[in-house]
Amino acid sequence: MSVVKKMLASVALSAAMIASPVMAQDNVRIALVAKALGIGFFEAAAKGAEEAAAEIGNVEIIYTGPTDTTAEGQIEVINSLIAQNVDAIAISANDTDALVPALKKAMNRGITVISWDSGVAPEGRQLHLAPSSNSLIGNMIIKLAADHLPEGGEVAVLSATTTSTNQNTWIDEMNKVMGDYPGIDVVATVYGDDLADKSYREATGLMQTYPDLDAIIAPTSVGIVAAAQAVVDAGKVGEVNVTGLGLPSEMAGAIESGASKSFAIWNPIDLGYSAATLAYELAANGVEAGPGAEIPMGRMGTLTLDENSEGAMADPFIYDETNIDEFKSIF
Amino acid sequence: MTDTAAQPRHIPDRLHGSLHRTLRSWEALLLLVAVAIFILNSFASPYFLNAWNLSDATFNFTEKAMIAFAMALLIISGEIDLSVASTIALTSTAMGLALQYGAGTPELVVVGLTVGLLCGAFNAVFVTILGLPSIVVTIGTMSLFRGISYIILGDGAFRGYPDSFSWFGQGYVWWVITVEMVLFAIIAIIYGILLHKTNFGRAVYAIGNNSTGALFSGIRVQRVKFMLFLLTGLMSGVAAICLTSRLGSTRPSIAQGMELEVVTMVVLGGVNILGGSGSIPGVVIAAFVMGLVTFGLGLLNVPGIVMSIFIGLLLIGVIAIPRIVAMIANKRSRP
Repeated sequence: MSVVKKMLASVALSAAMIASPVMAQDNVRIALVAKALGIGFFEAAAKGAEEAAAEIGNVEIIYTGPTDTTAEGQIEVINSLIAQNVDAIAISANDTDALVPALKKAMNRGITVISWDSGVAPEGRQLHLAPSSNSLIGNMIIKLAADHLPEGGEVAVLSATTTSTNQNTWIDEMNKVMGDYPGIDVVATVYGDDLADKSYREATGLMQTYPDLDAIIAPTSVGIVAAAQAVVDAGKVGEVNVTGLGLPSEMAGAIESGASKSFAIWNPIDLGYSAATLAYELAANGVEAGPGAEIPMGRMGTLTLDENSEGAMADPFIYDETNIDEFKSIF
Repeated sequence: MTDTAAQPRHIPDRLHGSLHRTLRSWEALLLLVAVAIFILNSFASPYFLNAWNLSDATFNFTEKAMIAFAMALLIISGEIDLSVASTIALTSTAMGLALQYGAGTPELVVVGLTVGLLCGAFNAVFVTILGLPSIVVTIGTMSLFRGISYIILGDGAFRGYPDSFSWFGQGYVWWVITVEMVLFAIIAIIYGILLHKTNFGRAVYAIGNNSTGALFSGIRVQRVKFMLFLLTGLMSGVAAICLTSRLGSTRPSIAQGMELEVVTMVVLGGVNILGGSGSIPGVVIAAFVMGLVTFGLGLLNVPGIVMSIFIGLLLIGVIAIPRIVAMIANKRSRP
C-alpha cells in the first residue's frame, strides 16, 4: 500500500510542481487566447503581444489556448482565465457563437474581451480586430503588381472559383481603385478553382495568350504558388512577376527563384501586437469601444471601429526577399 | 482468502478475489488523490479556493460524467460505446433542426432525449441482435452520426436557442450550485442504485465476468446489453442538451473527442476495461479528479498538451498499479 500511496502522492505533487508563475499584482494581465497551441501563426502573434507588453511596461501576457481547435476547449480556457481574474481576454475564436455565453460571463465580471483574427459575435466581445479589410486587400494586390511596373503594363488575375466570395470582393475592390494606377491594364481574369493543377494550366494559358504579360495577380494561396511554378517552368522568370496573397512558408521558393518579387498576407506579429495594445487601452486606460470609436494601437496607428465594432488593422504586410527567411518558418 | 471463497454464488464487484480487500479500498485511494490535488491546488493558485471559480470548474466534467456513468455499466458488462460524442453531435443537430421548425424548450428536450435513445438503439441492434463486436460497431457509428451532422450543417451553425433553454447549461439552482451539478448528482445516485442495489446491476457484473455462465444462469444477456446501450444513448442525449444549452449553438464539431475523455474517466474510476468489475462511486471520484486536475493546471496556465500528458500518466498509473500490487502479493503468498 505504501508504494501505491507514494506513487500517487508523487503524481499529485508534480501537478503543483509545474511552473507556478510569480505574479506582480499591479501588472495588467492580458490573456492572448489562440485557436490551439502549437500553431506557428499564433506563436508569432504571441511574440507580437510580448513586444507590446515590453513597450507598455506594466503588462503581463498570458499566452494560452486549447490543445485542439474546439469551442469546448476554449471555453475551459476562458473559465480558468475568469477564475484568475485577468484584466483582459483577447481571443481568436474557434466558433463565432459557442463562445458567446462564456465571454459574456467574463464581461459581466469586469474583464475586457476583444476578438482578433477570427471573430466572435458582437454580443460576446467589445471589439473585433480584423487583420485587414476588403478594400485594403483590393488595393494591395494591384499595388504589388504596379510597384514593379513603373512604365505600366499588362496584368492578369488568377482567382479561385467564380463563386468565391472573398476573391470576388477583393477583385471588385481592386477594380474600384484602378484609376490610381495609370498604365496598368487588367487583360484577363481566369479561375483556377483553388486547385493546384488547374491553376497551373490557367497560368500557363495566360502566358501563351498574352505574350507581353507582365504580372499575374493571384489573390489565393493555392493559385499564387501554382502560377509561380508555371512561370518557372515556362522560363519566364524576370518577364512575368507573380504576386497576390500567399503564405510565406509556401512562397519562399518562388521568392528565391525570382518568379515572385513580392506578395502579401497579414503579419501575425503585428496582429498580436495590436490585439495586446487594444486590450490594454480598453482594460487599463478606460477607452470605450463602440461604433465609430478610434483606438490607438501603438506603432500600428489607430483602429477605427465600424457599426459592428469591428476594425481593420492595416494593409496586408508585404513579404519579399528581405524578410521571407524570417517568416517562412513561422507560417 | 477463505472468507471470500466460502460463498460459491457470490459474484464479486471486483476480479481477483484474494485482492478483494485491497482493491476495495481503491475508491478510498482515489479519494485521497482527489483531496491531495485539491489541497495542492489551493496552495498553487490563489484563485482556486473561490466558490464561483470552483462552480465554473465543474463544467469541465459534469457533462462527461453523465455519460461516464452509463458507460461504466456498459464497460462492466464487457462492451463499449465509442460513438457517444458523435451521438451528442447528431442529437444537438437534431435539436437545432427542431428549433428551425419552431420547437420550444420542452420539445427540444424531447427531441434530444429521443434522438439520443435512437442512437443507442441503433448501436444496440448491431451488437445484441446481429452479434457484432461493440468496438467495431461504435467506431462505425462514431463516423456515421457525426457525418450526418456534417451533411446537415456543413460549415454552418444552428443558433438562436430560446432563453429558457439556456437554463440547463447556464442556470443555477441555488447560489453557486448549477443545474448541471444537480443533474450530475441525481444521475450518479440513480446509477449507483441501479448498479449496486438491483438485480439488473448484479446481472451486469455477471455478464461482464462470464457472459456464457450468466446466460445459463437465466440472465437474458442480450436484453441487458440492449438496455445498457439504450441508457448510454439516453445519457448522451442528456449531455447533448446540457452542452448545447451551455454553448447556445450547434456546430457539427461539437463534443469532438469527448468519447475518449469519457472512457478515461471510467477507467480512472477503477472500472476494469475488460469488464466484470468497477463501481459508480469510483467514477464519481474520477470525475472530480479529472475536473480538479484540468482546472488546477488551467489556473497555472499550463498548456493543454501538458494536461493531456498528466491525465495520460494518471490513467496508465491507475491501470498499472493494481497489476503491480497483484504481482507483489502473488510473490509474497508463495511459500
